[in-house]
Amino acid sequence: MAIATTATSATTAATAATATFSIWRGDAQTGQLVDYTTAVGEGMVVLDAVHNIQAEEAPDLACRWNCKAGKCGSCSAEINGVPRLLCMTRLDTLPLDKPVTIEPLKAFPLLKDLITNVNWNYEVKKRIKKFNPRPPDATDGTWRMQQKDVDRVQEFRKCIECFLCQDVCHVLREHHLHDEFIGPRYLVYAASLEMNPLDTEDRLKDLKDNHGIGFCNITKCCTTVCPEDIKITDNAIIPLKERVVDEFYDPLTKLVRLFRPRKK
Amino acid sequence: MAENQSQYQTFEHDVLVIGAGGAGLRAAIEASSPGVSVGLICKSLLGKAHTVMAEGGVAAARGNVDERDNWQVHFSDTMRGGQYVNNWRMAELHAREAPARVCELEAWGAVFDRTADGRILQRNFGGHKYPRLAHVGDRTGLELIRTLQDHGIHQGIEVYMEVTVVTLLRDVGSGGRVVGALAYDRERGRFRVYQAKAIVLATGGVGRAYKITSNSWEGTGDGHGLAYHAGAELIDMEFIQFHPTGMVYPPSVRGILVTEGVRGEGGVLKNNEGRRFMFDDIPANYKDQTADTPEEGWRYTQGDREARRPPELLTRDHVARCIVREIKAGRGSEHGGVYLDIAWIKEKLPNATDHIKRKLPSMYHQFKQLAGVDITQQAMEVGPTTHYIMGGIRVDADTQESTVPGLFAAGECAAGINGANRLGGNSLSDLLVFGQRAGHYAAKFAQANSAGKINGDEVDEAARQALEPFERTGENPYQIQHDLQNMMQDLVGIVRREDEMQQALEGLEKLCQRAGQCGVTGHREFNPGWHTALDLKNLLTISEAITRSALERKESRGAQFRDDYPAKDAEYSKFNFVNWKDREGNMQTRREPLAPMPNELKKIIEELD
Ligand SMILES: Cc1cc2nc3c(=O)[nH]c(=O)nc-3n(C[C@H](O)[C@H](O)[C@H](O)COP(=O)(O)OP(=O)(O)OC[C@H]3O[C@@H](n4cnc5c(N)ncnc54)[C@H](O)[C@@H]3O)c2cc1C
Ligand code: SF4
Ligand code: SF4
Ligand code: FES
Repeated sequence: MAIATTATSATTAATAATATFSIWRGDAQTGQLVDYTTAVGEGMVVLDAVHNIQAEEAPDLACRWNCKAGKCGSCSAEINGVPRLLCMTRLDTLPLDKPVTIEPLKAFPLLKDLITNVNWNYEVKKRIKKFNPRPPDATDGTWRMQQKDVDRVQEFRKCIECFLCQDVCHVLREHHLHDEFIGPRYLVYAASLEMNPLDTEDRLKDLKDNHGIGFCNITKCCTTVCPEDIKITDNAIIPLKERVVDEFYDPLTKLVRLFRPRKK
Repeated sequence: MAENQSQYQTFEHDVLVIGAGGAGLRAAIEASSPGVSVGLICKSLLGKAHTVMAEGGVAAARGNVDERDNWQVHFSDTMRGGQYVNNWRMAELHAREAPARVCELEAWGAVFDRTADGRILQRNFGGHKYPRLAHVGDRTGLELIRTLQDHGIHQGIEVYMEVTVVTLLRDVGSGGRVVGALAYDRERGRFRVYQAKAIVLATGGVGRAYKITSNSWEGTGDGHGLAYHAGAELIDMEFIQFHPTGMVYPPSVRGILVTEGVRGEGGVLKNNEGRRFMFDDIPANYKDQTADTPEEGWRYTQGDREARRPPELLTRDHVARCIVREIKAGRGSEHGGVYLDIAWIKEKLPNATDHIKRKLPSMYHQFKQLAGVDITQQAMEVGPTTHYIMGGIRVDADTQESTVPGLFAAGECAAGINGANRLGGNSLSDLLVFGQRAGHYAAKFAQANSAGKINGDEVDEAARQALEPFERTGENPYQIQHDLQNMMQDLVGIVRREDEMQQALEGLEKLCQRAGQCGVTGHREFNPGWHTALDLKNLLTISEAITRSALERKESRGAQFRDDYPAKDAEYSKFNFVNWKDREGNMQTRREPLAPMPNELKKIIEELD
């Protein structure tokens, strides 16, 4: 009801149509898809439909959201089987002649309805060595960096931690290698630290031995679902893999490296 | 259904920080040290708090782009923007300390946009005399919260995600200091008792009291409500910032913010006649600082130091009212807003399309995806949206301690620094400056005090009350929230009147009764209906405080505009309004005189004015 009544009367009248949403209801033990029908209006996103359904029929339907503008990465789910943000998926981009399915992420343990336990992600981050800057360059205690030298890092820092890339990655989703592989999100995170011009830490050994970068076989599924358009595979993972190879497998570079510090 | 106290999961910390936005994270980082254990609670997952949505930037007079900037100018801009009812000491501390707090973020991994000589770039924003907002495109809040989060997780802070505090617990025996909090975890719906020697509230804003808002579901004024019911005072509650530019179309995105950065980068406001109506009404106290011609305004946005700011960059209260005036006069846009045009800069810049996408990437994205509008080619439709509350918990300027011993507050839920109107960018800096201070003094308090005694009966009673909605078959809480939002929007919105606000007070009483009878279905496990029912208490409390203070302030100043008292009245520049709960549980309102400003600060204002 909430949305329908806030719409101006003209638009409500013009678009007084309904659509059906097949939403996963249940917990880790049992559950099923339940159909809900609600009014749809111009410009609506899937999250609006979920909110309507909560207000009208299913107040206990569990779903995370915060910003409703693609900025917080809370509302991740699988819409018609594709990992997406509920708040950025417009209904007019979906076929509404058949039910729209909304299901929770598959790579994480289900808690209830559309909510999964994503704590593993937070634990993984703690295992990655933190930012460790070189001493300030300037007398006022600050650093000098050129924009072109931080463009790439800024691309990675756009990440909203929606975990859609983690959800789609087969290493986690199908093979459940959560103990061995940190997943695309955290490879992006590691890349943002490794490529930060100020950072002096070395994370390559960890990436190889503890973070499982070798498990990634560059399928690029993660890049396809990233709502922030981060070129996860090309810009983060492949360069990191190259660095790992340079560091540990290429004898010539290794020799050269002996005489040259790795970082500026 | 109620479990008895021994069954509640209990946690003990020296300092408990409630809220993990910028203010809470900064406070937790400051408070945690080898001798002080810190717990940090938030309603959502870590990193999702409202702060993540901040766009335009963080204000700090570093003078990287214009070296004439310094803390004195920032102080004076903040006071002028707040119409001089700010807490001058907070405004002073904020202006002095913000530069160091921003610099510290860089040391923790933040990557701001750069100047040509490699320093942190700063941009223009409304009411700031010089380019002052450090930023990362238009996603500064993400950078800020992520930096604090990524730094904070290595500081030994215990984080409790998706936990909501419902009551603060006090030790009546020891001067009424706070000793803990009762909370429930959202996942399982079980109660938890957090024992703490000091508590920092950093719960953010109240936007959810209104229908059209840029705030997320979290903005239900919890900290305001918790503090008030624990005996703390609220101040300046009449001052709600309606941001001039929220999205208006399509209906489902109404209220979502369009950053002021659009105007900072040269965007202009036009009515349906194509007129730049902001030139029509420039307040006397800003005349000298405002451009005479569009040409001069453009030069200002492009960094010409001799030029003055375009009227689109006047303070938010003023811009919002001008927009309302245009809409009411029938000169609005198709869907009831006005036009905000950044695409026009292609007349001036050869690579305008790329420039806009680089400077305003998330605005580009947001309009393209949600409204089907390409902002590099078309004008946006915008209108005012409830955005920020200047009012909040009354605190000591230096320590951020409230009037309840051991209870501190920082960020949007605390008040004083902004007066009658906040300048854009001054919130993110406020979070850092006063988050740091609150954390520091809360840790000190905790070290100087032993653990207090929690009253088990009080806990049981609070838990019982929280479960009541399950035992009733009453009305759906969503409907009550919805009706409250509509009422506040219509009766205590941008333009206010005595009779309408009296009507709102009566309405609030009825809504309180309905809230007391609402019922929820389902189980305690992650049940948004139940959560909404519990949020109603705080929403109603703060709505009452807003309305009562707004009624008392019989003048127009900053964000408060009274149709029946359209002029500013010097009498009202001498005090703030304070709300508190009396012994009978009723809300009282009083006038609290402003502390006299020291001469050296007065001089700064006079010299810069
Ligand atoms: C779209 C948008 C853009 C903005 N842009 C800017 C900008 O460019 N510059 C600027 O300076 N300001 C900006 N602001 C304002 C600024 O973002 C906010 O004022 C600021 O982020 C508030 O931070 P905070 O730390 O006080 O609280 P929040 O970030 O709101 O965090 C509140 C925290 O408290 C928790 N919490 C609340 N209640 C409870 C409870 N009962 N129990 C447990 N936890 C609780 C929440 O879960 C959350 O973690 C913007 C605001 C919006 C909405
Ligand atoms: S490219 Fe690598 S990380 Fe990305 S989805 Fe494929 S295997 Fe996973
Ligand atoms: S990298 Fe992209 S898909 Fe992955 S968590 Fe970040 S924003 Fe989401
Ligand atoms: S609600 Fe924030 S990304 Fe969807």
